[in-house]
Amino acid sequence: MNPTDFESVISVKELDFFYGQSQALFDINMEVPKHQVTAFIGPSGCGKSTFLRCFNRMNDLVGDVSITGSLILDDYIDINHKDQDPIQLRRRIGMIFQKSNPFPKSIYENVVYGLRIAGQGKKSVLNEVVETSLKKAALWDEVKDRLHTSAMGLSGGQMQRLCIARAIAVNPEILLMDEPCSALDPKSTARIEELILDLRGDYTIIIVTHNMQQASRVSDYTAFFFEGKLIEFGETGQIFTKPSLKQTEDYITGRFG
Amino acid sequence: MLNSNPGIVKGRFWREGEAFIWLSSIGVGMILLIIGTLLFVIVKNGFVAFWPHSLALVETNSGEYYLGEIKQTTLHPHTGEERIQLKVGNRELYSLDFKWIQSKTISRITYPKEAVAIERTEYGNFYGFIQGYQSPLTGAEPVQGPNVLERIEPSFTEEVQVLARLNEEIKSVAVEMESLRRKILKAQYEGENHAAIEAEQRVLREHFDLLLEAQGKQHTVLSQYQVLLRDAEGTTKTLPLSHVVRQYQPNQMGLFAKLSHYLAHLWELFFDEPRESNTEGGLFPAIIGTVMLVLTMSLFSFPMGVVAAVYMKEYASPGFLLQTIRIAVNNLAGIPSIVWGIFGLSFFIYTIGSGIDQIFYPEQLPTPTFGTGGILWASLTLALLTVPVVIVATEEALGGVPSDVRHGSLALGATKFQTLMKVTLPMASPRIITGFILAMSRAAGEVAPLMITGVVKLAPALPIDGTFPFIHLERKFMHLGFHIYDVGFQSPNVEAAKPMVFVTTLLLLSIVILLSSTSIILRNKIRKRYQAKAF
Ligand SMILES: Nc1ncnc2c1ncn2[C@@H]1O[C@H](COP(=O)(O)OP(=O)(O)OP(=O)(O)O)[C@@H](O)[C@H]1O
Ligand SMILES: [Mg+2]
Repeated sequence: MNPTDFESVISVKELDFFYGQSQALFDINMEVPKHQVTAFIGPSGCGKSTFLRCFNRMNDLVGDVSITGSLILDDYIDINHKDQDPIQLRRRIGMIFQKSNPFPKSIYENVVYGLRIAGQGKKSVLNEVVETSLKKAALWDEVKDRLHTSAMGLSGGQMQRLCIARAIAVNPEILLMDEPCSALDPKSTARIEELILDLRGDYTIIIVTHNMQQASRVSDYTAFFFEGKLIEFGETGQIFTKPSLKQTEDYITGRFG
Repeated sequence: MLNSNPGIVKGRFWREGEAFIWLSSIGVGMILLIIGTLLFVIVKNGFVAFWPHSLALVETNSGEYYLGEIKQTTLHPHTGEERIQLKVGNRELYSLDFKWIQSKTISRITYPKEAVAIERTEYGNFYGFIQGYQSPLTGAEPVQGPNVLERIEPSFTEEVQVLARLNEEIKSVAVEMESLRRKILKAQYEGENHAAIEAEQRVLREHFDLLLEAQGKQHTVLSQYQVLLRDAEGTTKTLPLSHVVRQYQPNQMGLFAKLSHYLAHLWELFFDEPRESNTEGGLFPAIIGTVMLVLTMSLFSFPMGVVAAVYMKEYASPGFLLQTIRIAVNNLAGIPSIVWGIFGLSFFIYTIGSGIDQIFYPEQLPTPTFGTGGILWASLTLALLTVPVVIVATEEALGGVPSDVRHGSLALGATKFQTLMKVTLPMASPRIITGFILAMSRAAGEVAPLMITGVVKLAPALPIDGTFPFIHLERKFMHLGFHIYDVGFQSPNVEAAKPMVFVTTLLLLSIVILLSSTSIILRNKIRKRYQAKAF
């Protein structure tokens, strides 16, 4: 089932996940392709977000959870190992949330936040990073004249792009996006999709989405989840045109979910 | 017909809760009315306290004369006859400041221009007429005339200044002698040789005695400057000029003169020491004491409360224990403040204070240094009293910070502590400051716990002054709240002290408002910076 004609950056093995007593993920095995866009699709409540949060240990914040199996980054880093420092991990694996969450600080301070907490204080470095990150996030032209005004004055779409700029400012290798466009209008969505396509060559991107068109437009690979299980994983073209399982086809064509 | 219109719904009054809205607005109205009345009474009485009132000369049918300020006209509670209350002053002559006179016995009321009111250092105000002056310059006999005062005033002021300089010097020598005395005690305690210090002490004492002698002489010189007075009945008396604080003739003062008199009084209120067992003079030591008490309290209470709340909300794992602690903290806020006072007395003063004395000031014992009430212990007691308020407010504030923003910070590789310092606390700060404001107002208004932890009616020295180490937290202090109680209920002449009670209340209120409005401005500034716009 797993295509292996790509370079893998994270390999997930026999992953089980529990919220307290109730199991949310069942025996997940997959390889995440490097420098490609992978889409996670599936009906609501099937565990996409839960799985995504396993990659940067955000589930640690939930409280009573337990996890077995392994996620191996770069063939040797065990993400889930209890001695693995989540701080280091999160600097390499950034995350964009469904609801944009800029800090109530200036646009500039939002972008350099990750660098500052990592101890980078040099003005010249920060200035440069602000410019390149905002340019990459396709926001530079809109905000370059008001970098020091509050980020709270931006529109929803701009805020989400700012969050992307903030995430790429620390130069991560992997970006996790949990329904990044669900609160945006079609125009802002189109901009973010463009952005994802631009970032594709440099970053490994995993995006959770409910929008089938979006998945087919932006992703190279697609994983379909159902009730906590990974049902099918393959190249996006193949999944959308000739899925090997009836269940996948039903979901994609809108017959359930 | 209105009712035929299907859009008109009957019974709005009950169905849409209009009755409830009415009820709520009545509640708000009543609260506003009560607060408004209270403020009005305080402000009105506080503000007019220093306004120079006209002096009425009341002549009765039986040929008696009274001079004073008409305070009020009322009906006698039993006989129903009209009467006026006159503040006649001259306590050393009449023994009572106030006199009731029945209106029907009054034959005439006039306002003589030359009537004078004299504020003095003893016996309250004098109301009467000036007969003349006596001074070494003008010879032994009293002299009259309009320019006499102007003639003798320069030399009198000079003599007063000489005395002031002497007093100043005596005070500093006294401080030096006290520190020598402590040194000797210490040397004795440690069994060291202290002959040299004793020699120094002897020299100092001689100097001190000389100064005292000079002071006595200067007092005699000053007592030769006198003003000769006559009251409404014609009784004469002399008053040393040095006892006169201020004299004015209200019946011939214009608006401008009255205003400057008023301002002079305000100045005295803010920057002078109290006189006449606190019923007159200034409130300076009480103002300093109150402000310093609240600030010192804040220094302990705010950090302690915030740190405790941060731990409880962000770090402690939720469970039965945490819940118990939270309930306990909430209930602490309801303990009567006098109980806190007793706790402060037994724990801070008798345990910690006495401990400090035994370790650091053993030579002073049995005279306590820290083992007695003082501003430090009172502040700590108030800090305990207000810390629950800060904890509850901070916990609420932290809970109000949206978790997406925290997660955003954590997802960027921030530690929990960095997230706390850079995102959570700044965003929570407006509401935390609201907690501070509540705590400060509460602390500024408390009196009961202070009464057993170090407040006094007249403190010999301020807790902050020019002698090293400048801030003396072990000292006793004065406080506006206690001042109200003391002047209003403990002074021998309650009626005469009434204006002072209102003025003190007004001042205490103003200080609370000043402290809290500063914080409110600060809070609004911060809030504007961190306000999350609705998405
Ligand atoms: N904090 C939590 N505690 C307990 N159960 C949870 C928690 N978060 C999620 N779950 C459960 O885990 C399952 C997977 O949830 P998850 O949020 O991963 O679904 P999802 O695929 O992201 O859904 P959606 O598309 O609606 O976002 C659901 O059944 C959900 O009820
Ligand atoms: Mg989800």
